[in-house]
Amino acid sequence: MSGDLAVQVRGLRKAFEDVVAVDGLDLEVGTGEIMGLVGPDGAGKTTTLRMLCGILLPDAGEVRVAGHDAVRDPEEVKARIGYVPQRFSLHRDLTVNENIAYLADLYTVPPGTWTARREELLEITQMAPFRDRLAAALSGGMRQKLSLICALIHRPQVLLLDEPTTGVDPLSRRDFWQILYDLPRQGVTMLLCTPYMDEAARCNRVAFLHQGQILRQDTPAALRESIHSRIFEVRCRPQHLAREMLKRLPLVEGVEVFGDRLHVTLRPEAAPAEAWRALREAGVGELAPREVEPSLEDVFVAMGGEVENRKSEVGNGEDGESGGTGVSPILPSGEPPPPRTGETPVPPGGK
Amino acid sequence: MSRLAHLIKKEFTQVRRDPAVLRLILIAPIMQLVLFGYAASNDVRNVPVAICDQDNSADSRQLAEEISQSRYFHLTPMAGDPRALEGLLLRGTVQIGLHVPRDFHRTLERGQTAQVGMYVDGTDSNNATVAAAYLTGLLRARGVSLAERSARAAGRRGVTMPGIRSEPRVWYNQDLKSVNFMVPGVFAMILLVLTVNLASLAIVRERETGTLEQLLVTPLRARELLIGKTVPFALMAMFDAGIIFLLARGWFHVPFRGSMALLFGMALVFLLHSLGLGLVISALARTQQEAQLTAFMVVMPNILLSGFMYPVENMPVVIQYVTYLIPLRYFLQIVRGIFLRGVGVEVLWPQMAMLVGFGVVTFAIGALAFRKRL
Repeated sequence: MSGDLAVQVRGLRKAFEDVVAVDGLDLEVGTGEIMGLVGPDGAGKTTTLRMLCGILLPDAGEVRVAGHDAVRDPEEVKARIGYVPQRFSLHRDLTVNENIAYLADLYTVPPGTWTARREELLEITQMAPFRDRLAAALSGGMRQKLSLICALIHRPQVLLLDEPTTGVDPLSRRDFWQILYDLPRQGVTMLLCTPYMDEAARCNRVAFLHQGQILRQDTPAALRESIHSRIFEVRCRPQHLAREMLKRLPLVEGVEVFGDRLHVTLRPEAAPAEAWRALREAGVGELAPREVEPSLEDVFVAMGGEVENRKSEVGNGEDGESGGTGVSPILPSGEPPPPRTGETPVPPGGK
Repeated sequence: MSRLAHLIKKEFTQVRRDPAVLRLILIAPIMQLVLFGYAASNDVRNVPVAICDQDNSADSRQLAEEISQSRYFHLTPMAGDPRALEGLLLRGTVQIGLHVPRDFHRTLERGQTAQVGMYVDGTDSNNATVAAAYLTGLLRARGVSLAERSARAAGRRGVTMPGIRSEPRVWYNQDLKSVNFMVPGVFAMILLVLTVNLASLAIVRERETGTLEQLLVTPLRARELLIGKTVPFALMAMFDAGIIFLLARGWFHVPFRGSMALLFGMALVFLLHSLGLGLVISALARTQQEAQLTAFMVVMPNILLSGFMYPVENMPVVIQYVTYLIPLRYFLQIVRGIFLRGVGVEVLWPQMAMLVGFGVVTFAIGALAFRKRL
């Protein structure tokens, strides 16, 4: 297997009783890369990470992490990885320093080595003043930062993070990412599960997981460009009425609420003016449609629709319109993004 | 090795910060000693007794005086109707009612055996038997001297017929025997209670708080984890054993006639069994609560069937067979044998062989269950 791949997964499969959690998953992460794993709850993200850690045995497939087989030599893999689980997994009745020392010793890091590392990590995460505080008395954000410090104390080659910032305040999230950004320079590879699209956008590559399979993986930019539907931001009143109206229009693929605005996804071939006219006729006021760059969130939503369509295709046995979007399930990263119009936002009021 | 040392150090740090576990380790052994050394002793003390004295003679009054001065009884005087005794017994005001009939003095004077009615509340059969035996003994002792005195007063010397009918008991006045029996028992019992309780939480606690996940992603081997989880509990149990031993000798003055090395060596063997038992519970339980309830369910019958409080010989035959499956039974025989009789391997080898067998098997099952659950 290739030397510059930090994570290499082939045909990974895991079923729990009658539920298939991971179903033939292939994944490759290059050394020093930040890979984001996104997908709805139950998509198999945590199960995948646990198999990469060597703490869960796969039913089938190959897993190589940091140059070792996670199934045959889990101890070798464990010594070279750091893992930040979704749930806080450190001892609440130990202090920050004690937790770090405990894990450093479990990884048999020589004391002379890790103390300097600890100071450095405490400094970057702004955790130094809390070193003698019990973990139980830390806020959610500080706990996650502590988990990260502990996962990095033995300088792992690969860092696996399972929704590390879920429920963490923005400031702590910023501190958290402060460390993550620095890691690729040190040759650390990261695989990150996240429900936050802004975090996914910071990854080098993002893989969309659905029902234990990767639907598509690419750079965030390429993923955004793969959306052929046009997305408009509309501010209208009354919003709920506009939303109901738009949902019923055949040229509309989806409507999402973003605060006081709606994100309206139109089919690629649709004429936007038609939609706005329909709205005005229904008596919806204050229209200010503006075409926007699709965000990863839009990609995620569109992918959800795609999955739905594919399901109905299977049901009807006919080629649905979703085929027309021209999106292959997995878009190779080498392929140039398809040309598209309307790259710049349409100024407010434009139709 | 340093990995293991730190794992053990961490357990101790956690124990130091957990008031519930600290209580279990520091206060429980002393509490058990006090409870079983004093409160739960088989010796009777201050048993409430009521006397219905219808004779009201010098003899009967002196009998009452004797009873009230004994430290075993607490006298509630009452006069009049002997039927009132029944009410006192029913209400639980007294445990023994004594009825001295009108002809008590005269019967004794005639040199005949006087009848005294004794009504005993048998609800607490154990205590009642002992108390009744004590009182009978006292009556008999007094009766003899009363009869002698009454006979002397009547000018009939030389009559030595016992004046009051009684049933003598061998263990009467064996005041400290109970402590000598109980305290070595506590030595054995506390090891079981402490280690089963602590070990039963070993995995399930880390699982419930989520820390097991973190532990598993480290390169720590299952064997190291097993040792790291059991050694601290064994050390704490041995610490408690030491405290109890010192208190038994220094405070309760329990004789110690055997080998100390043998006693503590066998304690270690017994810990193999109790820790194994705890590990099995910890592996099967899904929550800490479930583990603790299961530990309680396991420990209770162990103690009852071991002969800790009631001699195995007093149990029904079928139950006696069951007690052969209780390793605490063998350990108790060993501990009491070493403490009180000063015997060693030459006498206790069958019990020791059984204990070693149970220890090895239980710990092996525990270790297996532990590995499986990781």
